Amino acid sequence: MDINVARGLVTVALLILFLGIWAWSWSRKRMADFDAASRLPLEDGENSPASGETEETPS
Amino acid sequence: MSSQSSYNDRVVRQFTIMTVVWGVVGMLVGLIIAAQLIWPSLNFDVPFLSFGRLRPLHTNAVIFAFGGSALFATAYYVVQRTCHVRLAYDKLAAFTFWGWQAVIVLAAITLPLGITQSKEYAELEWPIDLLIAVVWVAFALVFLVTIGRRRVKHIYVANWFYAAFILTVAVLHIFNNIALPVTLSKSYQIYTGVVDGMMQWWYGHNAVGFFLTAGFLGMMYYFVPKQAQRPIYSYRLSVVHFWALISIYMWAGPHHLHYTSLPNWAQSLGMVFSVILLAPSWGGMINGIMTLSGAWHKLRTDPILKFMIVALSFYGMSTFEGPMMSIKTVNALSHYTDWTIGHVHSGALGWVAMMTIGSLYCLIPRLYGKQAMYSTRLIDVHFWTSTIGVVLYAVSMWISGITQGLMWRALNDDGTLTYSFIESLKFTYPYYGIRLLGGLVFFAGMLVMVYNVYMTVRRTVPEPQAVIQPA
Repeated sequence: MDINVARGLVTVALLILFLGIWAWSWSRKRMADFDAASRLPLEDGENSPASGETEETPS
Repeated sequence: MSSQSSYNDRVVRQFTIMTVVWGVVGMLVGLIIAAQLIWPSLNFDVPFLSFGRLRPLHTNAVIFAFGGSALFATAYYVVQRTCHVRLAYDKLAAFTFWGWQAVIVLAAITLPLGITQSKEYAELEWPIDLLIAVVWVAFALVFLVTIGRRRVKHIYVANWFYAAFILTVAVLHIFNNIALPVTLSKSYQIYTGVVDGMMQWWYGHNAVGFFLTAGFLGMMYYFVPKQAQRPIYSYRLSVVHFWALISIYMWAGPHHLHYTSLPNWAQSLGMVFSVILLAPSWGGMINGIMTLSGAWHKLRTDPILKFMIVALSFYGMSTFEGPMMSIKTVNALSHYTDWTIGHVHSGALGWVAMMTIGSLYCLIPRLYGKQAMYSTRLIDVHFWTSTIGVVLYAVSMWISGITQGLMWRALNDDGTLTYSFIESLKFTYPYYGIRLLGGLVFFAGMLVMVYNVYMTVRRTVPEPQAVIQPA
């Protein structure tokens, strides 16, 4: 195979990989997991919030 | 409390305090060299005070000492808090602190002595490079093993950014610094000619992309939600823009070598990837700023959030400016002028420093068991000095840089140059004055921070904080 064909195929494969990541992260099934993950910075169990108004209860 | 049931905040506190110290030192050296560009005699004819030796001292101090300490501090803090586990290997973590400080001190000694590899942002000679490599591998071990020991299912996105930053910087540092030692203070690079140039800017631009971008995006993804008390705007956007950002940054380096002996196709490749970079960069900016969507009123009362949002705005602005400057026709005007310096500082002061400062103001009270910093008003003062300082810096360098570019390429009808170099130099003088003023204002804000931090942490005996238990 011509090296340039191989290069083109790698580019196409990477593009499909990227679109795959996109589809994966936008899929409905991921929603619950991502919601849980996005709350991690707010759930570190600290008891001295510097900004005053916290929305979670300190443990 | 047993040792595993509390967080290791000692190393975080050490790095946090040194971030402030090195910030002041590095920016002070910056002020000195900015003044030397106006009054060259300020080098007093002493070799170790000459511009050529102090300039790498400035860049190393602000990037690796100030920025590096901030990244160590926040990476160690964030990984523990979001993985619900104590940092791995106490002693190795302590080694990374003392090892990194040793690197900084060695840099501060060797660079003024003129001991250098002459590679920009990689000036340090081989014995120090070896020490950096060892410290960095230890950093990677501590960080990644902590993630491995996590007690939550998901690896929070900030940790992905920090991990990408740590791993990539290890690869960049090791491969860019392969050299043959001759004596303890002299080595020769194994790369020659255009390959050397290509390696250098593969390293140089990815230092921007992974040290100054991915690392600080990790900081952003924890501290912006933390300070706003709201989850990040779109978690799935963070996943997509993470993979896009780290895949594309790798290829942007050749834009530093436009119109050089680097093959033309490689220059164009670098340009195309740099332009594409706009998309993932703005993905991060939008994600950060939109986190405040529905809570914009918090900006009125919280100067820490103001720091973070303005930092994100500067990130958005300089990641627009960068791709634009990488376009060859624009680069033909901007390269080798002060425009580049202005661009770098709107990223370095506007994005990196302001995000760091905002995050530290959020972090320090938590590390020392306080409700808040000693003075919120002084944070506000610092916010305004920082913002005004960056704007003065960036605008003066735009004017000076674009004018330089236009003067250098102006031709008379007969093909001779319209201006001599000295005429362009003369034009820049007032703008170098405004740049120095901008730097002074920014630096004054750092001194306000030192006072505020000192008043917050003095006479505190920090108590260990309990690791959160699984629900």
